[in-house]
Amino acid sequence: MRVNVPISVGGWARLFSRWDVLAVLLVLGLLVFLGEASRNLLEPLVELQRQPPSLDPRHLPEYAARTTLRMLIAMVASLLFTFTYATLAAKSRRAERILVPLLDILQSVPILGFISVTVVFFMALAPGRVLGAEFAAIFAIFTSQAWNMAFSFYQSLRTVPAELNEAARTFRLNPWMSFWRVDVPFAMPQLIWNMMMSMSGSWFFVVASEAISVGNTTVTLPGVGSYIALAIEHRDLKAVWWAIGTMLIVILIYDQLLFRPLVAWADRFRFEQEAGVLPPRSWVFDVLRRSRLVDRATEPCAALWRRSLQTHLFDRKPAAKRQAGKSGWVDLLWAGIALVVCAFAVVLVVRFVVQDVTLTDVGTTLLLGLATLVRVVVLIAIASLIWVPVGVWVGTRPSVANMVQPVAQFLAAFPANLLFPIVVSFIVAWRLDPNIWLSPLMILGTQWYILFNVIAGAAAIPAEMRAVGENLHVSGWLWWRRIALPAIFPYYVTGAITASGGSWNASIVAEVASWGNEHLTAAGLGAYIAQETDAGDFHRIVLGIAVMSFYVVIINRTFWRPLYFYAERKFRLG
Amino acid sequence: MTDALLDIQHLRQSFPRADGGEHLVLDGIDFHMEPGQIVGLLGRTGSGKSTLLRLIAGLAEPSGGTITYLGQPVHAPPPGVAMVFQSFALFPWLTVLENVQLGLEALGLPEAEIRQRAIAAIDLIGLDGYESAYPRELSGGMRQRVGFARALVVHPNILLMDEPFSALDVLTAETLRTDFLDLWGEGKLPIKGVILVTHNIEEAVLMCDRILLFSTNPARIISEIKVDLRQPRNRLDAQFRDLVEKIYVAMTERKPAPAKLGTVATIDTVLPRVSANLLSGLIETLAAPPYVGKADLPVIADELHMEVDDLFPVVESLQMLHLVEVEGGDIKLTDFGKQFAELGIDDRKRLFQRQLLNYVPLAAHIRRVLAERTNHVAPKSRFLDELEDHMSTEDAENSLRAVTAWGRFAEIYAYDDDSGTFSLENPT
Repeated sequence: MRVNVPISVGGWARLFSRWDVLAVLLVLGLLVFLGEASRNLLEPLVELQRQPPSLDPRHLPEYAARTTLRMLIAMVASLLFTFTYATLAAKSRRAERILVPLLDILQSVPILGFISVTVVFFMALAPGRVLGAEFAAIFAIFTSQAWNMAFSFYQSLRTVPAELNEAARTFRLNPWMSFWRVDVPFAMPQLIWNMMMSMSGSWFFVVASEAISVGNTTVTLPGVGSYIALAIEHRDLKAVWWAIGTMLIVILIYDQLLFRPLVAWADRFRFEQEAGVLPPRSWVFDVLRRSRLVDRATEPCAALWRRSLQTHLFDRKPAAKRQAGKSGWVDLLWAGIALVVCAFAVVLVVRFVVQDVTLTDVGTTLLLGLATLVRVVVLIAIASLIWVPVGVWVGTRPSVANMVQPVAQFLAAFPANLLFPIVVSFIVAWRLDPNIWLSPLMILGTQWYILFNVIAGAAAIPAEMRAVGENLHVSGWLWWRRIALPAIFPYYVTGAITASGGSWNASIVAEVASWGNEHLTAAGLGAYIAQETDAGDFHRIVLGIAVMSFYVVIINRTFWRPLYFYAERKFRLG
Repeated sequence: MTDALLDIQHLRQSFPRADGGEHLVLDGIDFHMEPGQIVGLLGRTGSGKSTLLRLIAGLAEPSGGTITYLGQPVHAPPPGVAMVFQSFALFPWLTVLENVQLGLEALGLPEAEIRQRAIAAIDLIGLDGYESAYPRELSGGMRQRVGFARALVVHPNILLMDEPFSALDVLTAETLRTDFLDLWGEGKLPIKGVILVTHNIEEAVLMCDRILLFSTNPARIISEIKVDLRQPRNRLDAQFRDLVEKIYVAMTERKPAPAKLGTVATIDTVLPRVSANLLSGLIETLAAPPYVGKADLPVIADELHMEVDDLFPVVESLQMLHLVEVEGGDIKLTDFGKQFAELGIDDRKRLFQRQLLNYVPLAAHIRRVLAERTNHVAPKSRFLDELEDHMSTEDAENSLRAVTAWGRFAEIYAYDDDSGTFSLENPT
């Protein structure tokens, strides 16, 4: 048996390795960052108004730090939500019946909708303090991150191979231990990918979440988002460029410091056991892993963690024999309770909306929804025509794909507001119809999901299949029709579903654009919600949100879901 | 008096069927296990052996009967029962050492003891030097060694093995078997008894002290065979060969399920999914020298490198189609079979068509329904629903697939997967 010496004795020649130095710097940097960014959280709100955000680029590092910290806190909250909500949905048959459709609906509710409705509540949590506004902003970011992570985790939990669960059970792991040893590791690679997507998604709404304006409640939190809002209000093009630069740098930094290491670390959780593919690398991960200091510092925590997994608090109860009759009765009761709660919620919503909303309003919103629907459909079609060929071209060339991927990821994070100066000036100068020319902003951030997925699909076409194509001299349109398009179809559908959902969401930001005092509006449901939010008319906000959710859910159920199953059944390779 | 290691009485397992009835998987299993034995559960895939193993492991609740382990009824995974899986079931994110330690961590032992015992198990099973490797870096044989070490490290009373060698190549499997038997023979394994599920007759004879033969649909123990040969056993030994032959005979001459064995297939006979190519292949092999129409089943299995699982479905299909007869462990071509071997592809199809319509009621039934309908089209679900009244959903799906493939070969009807419909029209 090997005994551990309680100090590190590996390389005695040097006091510290360079890995140690780097690791210490990284850790100290993190501490300073947290301290800086969380300063004056407890200050009164008045303080915020006394120091209005400025367009001075010297403030940008601080703003960037604050925005990033908000996103990270929201990410932690999203993870907690994911681990509890998705686990409950996956492990309990009864909970699943309610939680999964609920998640579907939550996902369809526009993010700005959450802000408008909840901001007053959060402000009341810490009255008069910045903290309340911060809560509201973080909650808004949370809503742009949590749902897709929860979905990913739920789906992973459902697909844990049966024999792994059986092994965990025969070796008598308690549920807490098998959650951390089996479920979480299995879900990790997919979850991290979704976390990256979520971070991009939250940048897209960064302006909306930091420059909150609902009726008379106006809060501007220091951050990159409010900086962008201010720059647009003041028609300051230089500041817009500064903001773009800052975003780029921040995204690069957290990509290097957070996501690359995570991806490199999560590589061990890949379930497919093939060797051969080059594992993802990250210098930060290498530094942290090789440093003996970090090793020493984390070992006690790790040991404690391992012990906690062995706690008997979560032991399985000896399963009593199940009784079929009883289970049916409980099911009935459960359905009854769900029905009562639903009925109550319907009454609540209807009463709230009916107070001030006429049937004409409902008709108007439905019509406006139709306008937005037409935009979404046309835009998805156009984006598909452009990005499918590009994606296939890139995907079949691995070296190009490696270069395009990070660029597209940055573009996916690019907030629509940053393009307002160009689009608004353009429309005004050429006297164009904003109903048409504002629309492209909707798909600005979401079209990349089509590209990502098509690239992945094209890269996954087996080499033999391409060789057969060449061997039989299949080329031109025939090649696209018989080989490329069928092979990428399931991937394309996944991307298009994401893009479509995201575009609805983005319509709130994209159907209303301003640059200084030029305000352009396109007729649509997104503009309606944005305007009612400005006016602080909660009844109509709720109506708008409800109608938008209605549209999104109906389209998902009647169009995307059948298409997805069809694609999976007919075209999935292997 | 000490409690028996394992005692199983009147065990049955069934699943509810679509029509409200129940689909019986295991029935009337009685079995008593003494320490110091390797017990083999031998039968075809889908014969419920794995289900039985999972019931013993406490991974599922039986529908009836009792399992008693050391005097305690089994309702959840009991302590002291460890399992080795066919697919290894290693955790790819844990190293070899961490995989082996997992079961000990679950027991809540102190870290020093966990480590010491894990290292000891790794040494025992011949994995020294691989402690920090991840499973994906290992070959199949090494992975299964980890599976063994992980199970042995908890010092189980009973080691359950679910076809542990069937995912390995022939040579690796043989090495692992011999290593295991050596350790077992020398008393180095911290276990009291072994239950081995297998569909490989020779493996069972090579390793077990007792072999329980299982029938299918539902699984029952049809006979128990004691193996008194001394270890190490030699596959070429006459007594060894006799035993293998005896088991072949027992497995092909099961009385309880006459429908399966051919002469009288009915609509509720579960059809094995065997391709027309395999059927033709076996007939041609049988017709050619050295067999010339008649062969010993173990011999031909050996020759074709087919295990029971691969061979029996082919034999049964041919039997059902009256192209071969099976008796006393021998397989013999019928006159139809001999004709079939000599014909060209088109005539073969015609002969196959006749046999199919005469002897496989499901095929005849589909053909009749299509002929009766004015448009000669019927959805797959129509037949599936009908079959599900007689068998489990899975069996119904498989039977329908089998009869679809045979019908296509015989060109008695066509099936379109996109629309899920059978029709009488052949694409032109």
